[in-house]
Amino acid sequence: MPAPLLEASRISKRFGATQALSGVDLALHAGEIHARRGENGAGTSTLLKILGGVEQADAGRLQLAGSDYAPAAPREALRSGVVLVHQELALCAELSVEQNLCLGREPRRGLRLDLGAQRERARTALALVGMSDLDPARSIGTLSIAQRQWLEIARALVHPSRVLVLDEPTSSLAREDVTRLFRLVRAASQQGTAVLYVSHALEEVRELCTHWTVLRDGESVASGEVRDTPTSRLIAHMAGRELGELYPRRPHTPAEELLRVSVAPPADPLIVRRGEVLGIYGLIGAGRSELLRGIFGLDPQTAELEVLHARGARTPAERWAMGVGMVVEDRAREGLFLERSLADNLSLPALRGLFSSPAARRATSEPWRERLAIKSASVEAPMRTLSGGNQQKVALARLLAAKSQLFLLDEPTRGVDVRAKSEIYRWIDTIASEQRGGVLLVSSYAPELLGVCDTIRVMQAGVLGPARPASEWTQEQLVEAAFGAERAA
Amino acid sequence: MKGLRALLPLLAPFLGLLAVWCFFALAAGGDFTSFSNLRLMLLQTAVVGTAAIGATLIIAGGGIDLSVGSSVALGTVIGALVLTQGGSPAAAALAMPLMGLYLGAWIGCLVSGRVLSALALAVALLTACWGLRTQAGALPIAIALFGGAAAAVFAARFPWRLPLSPFIVTLGTWGALRGLAKGLGDNQPVYPASTGWIAELMQGGSWLAPGVWLWLGLAVLAALYLSHTVPGRHLFAVGSNERTARLCGVDVERTQLLTYSLGIACAGVAALLQLSYLSMGDPTTAQGLELRAIAAAVIGGASLAGGSGSIPGTIAGALLMTVVDNGCTKLGMDNWVQEVVTGAIIVTAVALDRWRGRRTT
Repeated sequence: MPAPLLEASRISKRFGATQALSGVDLALHAGEIHARRGENGAGTSTLLKILGGVEQADAGRLQLAGSDYAPAAPREALRSGVVLVHQELALCAELSVEQNLCLGREPRRGLRLDLGAQRERARTALALVGMSDLDPARSIGTLSIAQRQWLEIARALVHPSRVLVLDEPTSSLAREDVTRLFRLVRAASQQGTAVLYVSHALEEVRELCTHWTVLRDGESVASGEVRDTPTSRLIAHMAGRELGELYPRRPHTPAEELLRVSVAPPADPLIVRRGEVLGIYGLIGAGRSELLRGIFGLDPQTAELEVLHARGARTPAERWAMGVGMVVEDRAREGLFLERSLADNLSLPALRGLFSSPAARRATSEPWRERLAIKSASVEAPMRTLSGGNQQKVALARLLAAKSQLFLLDEPTRGVDVRAKSEIYRWIDTIASEQRGGVLLVSSYAPELLGVCDTIRVMQAGVLGPARPASEWTQEQLVEAAFGAERAA
Repeated sequence: MKGLRALLPLLAPFLGLLAVWCFFALAAGGDFTSFSNLRLMLLQTAVVGTAAIGATLIIAGGGIDLSVGSSVALGTVIGALVLTQGGSPAAAALAMPLMGLYLGAWIGCLVSGRVLSALALAVALLTACWGLRTQAGALPIAIALFGGAAAAVFAARFPWRLPLSPFIVTLGTWGALRGLAKGLGDNQPVYPASTGWIAELMQGGSWLAPGVWLWLGLAVLAALYLSHTVPGRHLFAVGSNERTARLCGVDVERTQLLTYSLGIACAGVAALLQLSYLSMGDPTTAQGLELRAIAAAVIGGASLAGGSGSIPGTIAGALLMTVVDNGCTKLGMDNWVQEVVTGAIIVTAVALDRWRGRRTT
């Protein structure tokens, strides 16, 4: 076997009291697509940041093609041919598409910016990812999350790279886009690029990757070739324990209607009952999030709707008061107060009246922290110190603490590790089976909908399809319905 | 030990205050540590300290107020005019915080995007000032103010919104309110024959002046508001992340309106203390007060990004700056030394805060 292209040995990194990485090894060979998997907080992102020059290791040694590699800044990493695609989209919203694509590597003619070359390079990059019809002069702020994700990928792929690092690149992409991305990654790998691929989706690892490594608590615990590893072993390594059934199912008995939305084109009204989990499947941009946000009053609502037998309420404040709660898709920018404490995040919608003592807020939060097994130093810990999975559990616990009856969940397991996922599924099941309320679950991850929902409807280009029991759907049918008629024809 | 570490961010401004005080105590000796000097320092801090309470509320709520100094100057002129026109000291003392409340509602409307309401309040405010200048008496002024408030409430029913950056809004009011104060006073200070019991606030009192008690009492109320009331929690939520606050059912506009109203009402109280101190209404007073108020809040742990701030910290921050000024004077140093040292302290305080924040990530 040839020497690895990128080799990391005994890498350690510490942030204050937290040992993020302790003596982690990594060997990446040219042409290999290496899956790196770990629970949130297991140190995966830290390792990537070190590779990309965002953070510097405290100890250990990095070698790129046999010579020492210690990038002090992302600029240096790029110059060495190590390219990072971030999970949190790292684009400047005020700049145009072309400016973003060439950021830090602007083509110059002498001291002047070569605008013609910049446009040319932007067009090449866009064509590479199949977005030739996008105007390079458009500002980033007007693009959808999926489009931004593609720009991020285009920016990385437009330059030949020696090492390509992808951090959950598919979390904002629909299934068809994922296939396209996989083609691009495979093409890069065939040209001799070493690919490091971080993902929480097992199916993706199976489909795309050649090798895998699992990190836990800052250490590499297992690795191997994907071909030789059964899926059950991958899951077991990931979670560190047998997860048993990922989708728990207790009997659900739908009771009274909690929500009734008359959808614009004549179709079945959208109805959610107590004791029921209704799933909406669809691609990004199909209008699922807009529907949910409209129901909750976050965006202007278009459809006629009746929540808990009442009409007229418009704002999120009124919705909470009626017993409706929502978990939004974008955890970092909208879902949570990252700088405030766990207790503040969890108790806010439950605060009623005029007075609220710190002790009362702790008393509201503490039981839910325990019941959802949220890992944090205390309820006073700032939200940003929690891992993604635990943050998401807080976002869900907020609804439980406020005694919500109708749970609007928009991609609640996006970018969340397997263990937290299973915890969230268990709670969705509990809400329905114990008649606490009804759940409206929006997701672009078909297996999860098939696993937890009683009924599934597909949304395509703003149109909501008919309701069918989950047992009557297959994954292929869902995908087909989501792509709509032109696909079926 | 763990509890101590959690407390450290709260204690840091006090430790800084203690350290600076000890330094000057050693350097300047009994002249500095005497009770009368302590009393003087508290008195010197009362005005900026009161304004800084308001600044802390506004900064923690995600905003900024650059016009505190102008509000205070306008307040002293209004208070003095009420006295010269035969109003009782109580009427003058009440007029200033009420003016602050009104100004705050106006600025809050601009920041939260209720442009029509803001327009109604601005017209009412100008009418009231004109009434005061032409000695129209209390009734027409009250009618103008109530009319403006009613019109503003009515205008708020229209859903049209145009939120403006608080930095820009208060940069505007920084100039406009100062100008209004000059116009009201005809470019001259306004000398009332007597300020009555208002004068006692900053002079009387056997142990501490009543103005100091007023300041500290207000601080306790503000601290309780932040930690023990639902609007106080909403204030932090809006300051921390407006979108998340909205998601969690917080009425963001109402919270902003309330925050600016209460915050600038504090400036009205500061104006009362300043009037007591000066015994006149001075349109040119309190220049640069806004920056000292913001500095006190920041030394006390408030983040200009919003979402954090502590009233006890702010009190310590305000005292810290007074101790430096007073200590440097006692050591016979020039004024410029105080200014350089104060500047260094502000930057050091923020740097320490950031460093601590990074270590716990």
